[in-house]
Amino acid sequence: MMSVKLTIVEQMMQVAREQGKALAPLKDDLALAESGLDSLGFAVLVARLEDSLGVDPFTAAEDAFFPVTFGEFVKVYENGAR
Amino acid sequence: MARAEPSLRGYLAEACAAGLFYDRDAAVSLADLACGTCLGGALGDLAGRSVLLAAESQLTTALALVELDGVARRITIVPPDLEADHLGAVIAGSETDASVSDSGSSRLAGFEVPVRAVSAPSILPTPAAPAARRRTEWLLLTSGTTGTPKMVAHSLAGLTAAITPGRIAGDPVVWGTFYDIRRYGGLQIFLRAVLGGASLVLSCAGEPVAAHLARLADRGVTHLSGTPSHWRRALMNPAIRSIAPRYVRLSGEIADQAILDALRAVFPDAAVGHAYASTEAGVAFDVNDGLAGFPAAYVEEVRNGVEMKVVDGSLRIRSLRTASRYVGSEQALADAEGFVDTGDIVERRGERYYFVGRKGGIINIGGLKVHPEEVEAVINRHPQVRMSLVRSRRSPITGAIVVAEVVLDSQGDDASAQVELKDDILKLCREKLPRHKVPAVISFVPSLQVGAAGKLARRDG
Repeated sequence: MMSVKLTIVEQMMQVAREQGKALAPLKDDLALAESGLDSLGFAVLVARLEDSLGVDPFTAAEDAFFPVTFGEFVKVYENGAR
Repeated sequence: MARAEPSLRGYLAEACAAGLFYDRDAAVSLADLACGTCLGGALGDLAGRSVLLAAESQLTTALALVELDGVARRITIVPPDLEADHLGAVIAGSETDASVSDSGSSRLAGFEVPVRAVSAPSILPTPAAPAARRRTEWLLLTSGTTGTPKMVAHSLAGLTAAITPGRIAGDPVVWGTFYDIRRYGGLQIFLRAVLGGASLVLSCAGEPVAAHLARLADRGVTHLSGTPSHWRRALMNPAIRSIAPRYVRLSGEIADQAILDALRAVFPDAAVGHAYASTEAGVAFDVNDGLAGFPAAYVEEVRNGVEMKVVDGSLRIRSLRTASRYVGSEQALADAEGFVDTGDIVERRGERYYFVGRKGGIINIGGLKVHPEEVEAVINRHPQVRMSLVRSRRSPITGAIVVAEVVLDSQGDDASAQVELKDDILKLCREKLPRHKVPAVISFVPSLQVGAAGKLARRDG
């Protein structure tokens, strides 16, 4: 089975491609704001990850935490998917 | 003095009706009905009463309507999908003091109705039917998906104002309707058949589309009507090839270019027209040029006694065909000038107006607005798509996001082909729509639910 991180990377690349955006190299400390996706891009990404990973950790979470870096973003999903 | 408005039975006599009304189990001659009765001698007891018409079958409903018009004070037409919980409110609000049902109906059990009659699909000659002289009020129920349905009052004159009485030239006309005749759109087809003395093929409850199409073919249907959703469902059925109507009519939902083109391709010799009508506003106009939307001139000039204007994007209509009022509710049906707000949002592009969606159906994507119907219209143009449903899904980032469920023309099993097809549909959407209107997710589904009123069932998740 594909790792959560790999799934996220692939989906981000797909969304960036569709929206005609250049994606920054996806390092853990990359700020999401600098990633190349805008808020609509992230909305699409989160909707698709909900379908492929079966979870929307942001809506499911009780506290309204939103990650700042790519590494944190992946971690939210890794925790949520468990 | 003006000539009295004819009753439905009067129209039958005038048209020297030669047609028959059919359903799966019976056929009734209109000539017999013109001077007979389906009510087993009970019509006299119903004279002057407020009659609740709650039959199970469309055929017994159709026969009873012909008899009751001009005799009953009021006819309240109960649609087949009226929830049992709402029946009491309808009976009270319409001041029902008589009912007509049929052998298949038990919905009035437990209600106090002083006079009960039964409509049967067999006509007995009647020596002395009560004269049809009254101006019967017709109550139709709206097909709203939430809350108690509203009761909308019409007169026969208003209901038939868009119809030219008498026979249509050429070979005998056989009407068919995917719509139930207990809804405004279907009732228009029933009335066209009666005023033209033509035949009418009705469906039975729960009858599969293929069986209905086979019967339409057997009876040689020439004029066939339904919502775009009805037609998309019919087009997915191989039995569609067995019929060859001369006239194909769409109403009740937005007719997009894709469905108009698909019908033109399947029925190259037929006239394909879409009509705009609603239970409250009545029939506003027909469009017969094969194109979606309608000419802007329709708004700028009074046509056939119908005036239209666009207020805040919403189409408003004033004509003698509009309903007179809501019964059992204080709510005003029309504005101070007599215009009915349809709640249908239109957008002008060049010399044409296009329907883009419903006032209440807007999806808000981080402050940007989307009508589901405008996205569906784009998706439906893909050659491999038969129909689609666009709805909102909550999003932690933009509040909502657009997602689409798509029914393909033929379901392939090949997973990689499906991925490619999704990309292809998304590409089409990106070409035609601003970014926020492009679905975030597309899923392929085997079918979409179409409600009893023939409209795509919309729900938000």
